[in-house]
Amino acid sequence: MKPPKFDYLRARNAAEALAVLHQEGGEARVIAGGQSLMPMLNMRFARPAVLVDVMHVAEWQCITDTDPALRIGAAVRQVAVMRHAGLGQRVPLLAAALPWLGHAQTRSRGTLCGSVAHADPSAEVPLVLAALEGSIHLRSRRKARTLSAAEFFTGMMATARADDEVIEAISVPTVRAGHGYAFREVARRHGDFAIVGCAAAAGPDDVRLAVAGVADTPRSVVLPADAKTWDDALDAFAWSLDARDDLHATARYRRELVRRLGRDVCLEAQQCRA
Amino acid sequence: MPRLSAEQRHTVQFTLNGRPVSGEAEPRRLLHDFLRHTLGATGTHVGCEHGVCGACTVQIDGEPARACLVLAVQADGADIRTVEGLAPAPDRLSILQECFRQFHALQCGFCTPGILMSLDAFLKREPHASEAALRDLLSGHLCRCTGYAPILRAARAAQERLSAGVP
Repeated sequence: MKPPKFDYLRARNAAEALAVLHQEGGEARVIAGGQSLMPMLNMRFARPAVLVDVMHVAEWQCITDTDPALRIGAAVRQVAVMRHAGLGQRVPLLAAALPWLGHAQTRSRGTLCGSVAHADPSAEVPLVLAALEGSIHLRSRRKARTLSAAEFFTGMMATARADDEVIEAISVPTVRAGHGYAFREVARRHGDFAIVGCAAAAGPDDVRLAVAGVADTPRSVVLPADAKTWDDALDAFAWSLDARDDLHATARYRRELVRRLGRDVCLEAQQCRA
Repeated sequence: MPRLSAEQRHTVQFTLNGRPVSGEAEPRRLLHDFLRHTLGATGTHVGCEHGVCGACTVQIDGEPARACLVLAVQADGADIRTVEGLAPAPDRLSILQECFRQFHALQCGFCTPGILMSLDAFLKREPHASEAALRDLLSGHLCRCTGYAPILRAARAAQERLSAGVP
């Protein structure tokens, strides 16, 4: 399987990348680490006229670690974020989730922004953004705008990004005082696409649970702090996700995972509260 | 770099196993095809071509990566190592390769170049990695012959020999 024909442009700065996107619109695709887009090209699910490589854009190569969020640029590889000093203290949920994102051999190239752009329903980074209420920074030649995860992810592999926009960064909120975080997922093998992934952020008054792999987009629910009240709420949440049967799991199994894994993750997050 | 036309071949240059190399590639040319067909370095094997099997794993700037998910033009200017770069001399295997031989860590050998490149990079970075970490690393590769246990034994043995400084 080989990719179809396309032009290739290695952008030297943001303006150059945005100019191509402005000119070509939907015919252009941004390539960063390529770990989601390259399989799509090799299988010819995507046929862009031009690829815009953003990995050499200096403006997008930075991790900015200032409260209230870790801002991760479009050209930052997953492995660089995993090795970011103090990640476990600064964004414990992201530190817990990243080892589940693909394999070492793909994290060496792939970017977080690329994973967000691809918007696979079972992906870990969108899940973390949903759980922490993080944001996605989009830029085009026309304007810059920032969307929440709920606004950005619009469907299965579908997002609110316009054709001429690039995800220039994501902001992942840093640890909040008195909060605890937990992440778990069930997959056939470690590194495979998650059947269900759960992430939770627990505060003094409530717990936000986010779930990936069930609905078309990562979805979240806020539960009260008292675990005794969770059963009905988790059951209602599980049904609200419109789970589907597929090759890997039945809808019923997915709902049951939301109930059980969801409860475990929420409890673990509460126990981790600092 | 100007916009490279899909219809033409363009010069791609990088370092391969410590030596500067160059060749001509269309933008759609995958890195493994560039290595094998353009440069004649056929040690890198080609399996699934969509990032699942790990057979084509090479090192790009010191990190293991799937060559089927990288375009040759993206690799321009990079430092690339392939299985051809492991042996210290034409008649000598590296410690890791020697351990693979000794512990029967390969049968058909199709997946071996990729696994060697992953392990080589990983053992350099984390010489005292746990068995669990090695298993996690190997999860990025498919081997249909060995059942992985001999590969793990070879990796552990290489770890010991490398840390003891045994040549």
